[in-house]
Amino acid sequence: MTKKILYRGAEAEILLSTYMGRTVVEKRRVQKAYRIKEIDRQLIASRTREEAKLMAESRRIGVSVPLIYDVDLFNGIITMEYLAGDRVKDILNILGKQKRKRICQKIGESIARLHNHDIIHGDITTSNMILFYDRLYFIDFGLGCKTIEIETKAVDLHVLMEAFESTHSQYSSCFNNVLDGYKKNYRGDPVRVLHTIDDIIRRGRYR
Amino acid sequence: MICLGIEGTAHSIGVGIIQERKGTCQVLSNKIKTYQPEKGGIHPREAANHHAAKIAGLIHESVRVTTIDFSDIDLISFSQGPGLGPCLRTAATAARALALTIEKPLIGVNHCVAHLEIGRGTVRECTDPVLLYVSGANTQVIAFAEKKYRVFGETLDIGIGNCLDKFGRALGLEFPCGPKIEQLAAKGSQYLPLPYSIKGMDIAFSGLLTASENYVKKGKNLEDVCFSMQETTFAMLTEVTERAMAHTEKQEVLLGGGVASNKRLREMVQTMALNRGAKFFVPTRDLCIDNGAMIAWLGLLMYQSGCRMSIDNSLINQRFRTDMVEVTWRD
Ligand SMILES: Nc1ncnc2c1ncn2[C@@H]1O[C@H](COP(=O)(O)OP(=O)(O)O)[C@@H](O)[C@H]1O
Ligand SMILES: [Mg+2]
Repeated sequence: MTKKILYRGAEAEILLSTYMGRTVVEKRRVQKAYRIKEIDRQLIASRTREEAKLMAESRRIGVSVPLIYDVDLFNGIITMEYLAGDRVKDILNILGKQKRKRICQKIGESIARLHNHDIIHGDITTSNMILFYDRLYFIDFGLGCKTIEIETKAVDLHVLMEAFESTHSQYSSCFNNVLDGYKKNYRGDPVRVLHTIDDIIRRGRYR
Repeated sequence: MICLGIEGTAHSIGVGIIQERKGTCQVLSNKIKTYQPEKGGIHPREAANHHAAKIAGLIHESVRVTTIDFSDIDLISFSQGPGLGPCLRTAATAARALALTIEKPLIGVNHCVAHLEIGRGTVRECTDPVLLYVSGANTQVIAFAEKKYRVFGETLDIGIGNCLDKFGRALGLEFPCGPKIEQLAAKGSQYLPLPYSIKGMDIAFSGLLTASENYVKKGKNLEDVCFSMQETTFAMLTEVTERAMAHTEKQEVLLGGGVASNKRLREMVQTMALNRGAKFFVPTRDLCIDNGAMIAWLGLLMYQSGCRMSIDNSLINQRFRTDMVEVTWRD
């Protein structure tokens, strides 16, 4: 079967392929000619490794992610389950108010669950969430890490806040719904995380 | 229409005069004077004193080198923020005084948006870019989305210029250290691993700065450390810019800010653009660094699209955010 390119992103290509008779997605990290080999190789291998690890762990703690079939560190390829659903980015603005609210809360609940286990996604945007059979999946853990730091958890949420501001700016309540879900599920002190987000907003824009 | 713009957000003070012709910006003059601290970083009040001493002369000079007269100027604009309070106040005061003297309207503009608009105004084919704005204090990726200029990524700690300067100062290099580091880096060849820190589209430099300083303390070859530092920081900048381009689905990238002069950074961003099939633009150097012409151009765009500002409402805003600007001149 010839592999069909589903998506060409900034750092990876998503190819539709088959694996043991199944339709799968291959996420291939592409080499970047702008950076030197030493940096390029190291980044591709470590992000592929880290992404596969964090996906496996997220699944274990009950956050939905595509099932991984194969990991090729040298070529930077993760072969995973194909989710034939909708990106949250594409559907959030056209959903009804109630459904939108529910999904945003669900997003917050899932992030809290990740953070409860010190998993930082690293790039929480609505492009990196897929709704498939009414279930919310997270993809693209390539910039993720594991840490107990409140600061890093706050930055994780701040990334989503900025994504909401730029992509779903007409729905200003969305991010508040996310925070509601987060507060509900986060086992640490959510208020501390929220305060740190405020700090980041203040610091980020012009010292 | 002719506009005179005054820029004074940080260590330099600039006056530029521009004229609009068929939607493009013609720079009639663009004069800049830079405050050089005796030692250490910028002291806002000393910089402001420097600006106050230079501004009247700069205004006269910027008119004198053109064929126009003060009476030909239709509008005065100034950098309203973001920036250092004392510097902003000095520039704003001068702008108000000039507007009252020649009896012409006054308008305050956002400094970061001006960096982007001067690219659209002066670089052919540049219409809807993602801007990588790299200066001393600022490191941001800005693009137009949903009716506003928005920051898609930025530094979470220090600006790239400050990062280079801090490192350079530790080596005893002269301020600004960027050009010297560029020269040293060009001779380096061995890559020393440094922290590569990206969170979403945001970046951080302080960990890398410390690690670089440690390499120097350990006696590593200076050229190699500079090389490694540039390669790492610029790869980070290029990566977040590419991510913003993918996210916003834009086909143009524009460089702005003083660090845009760095040849290696240009080369990297250009390579990235080429491989995406996107266009790459850099304004001329005097329009990349902080300058009055870009302030004048944005003021003119705002004025022509109906913005008005009374003297009473012309207060500066040190924390003037990019997305606070009501964009009335494009859609
Ligand atoms: N397992 C998958 N099933 C279906 N679509 C996917 C899957 N993984 C990725 N995609 C699609 O490809 C896009 C890019 O994938 P992603 O992992 O986010 O890469 P990038 O790092 O380039 O953003 C996603 O936004 C999504 O539309
Ligand atoms: Mg993605």
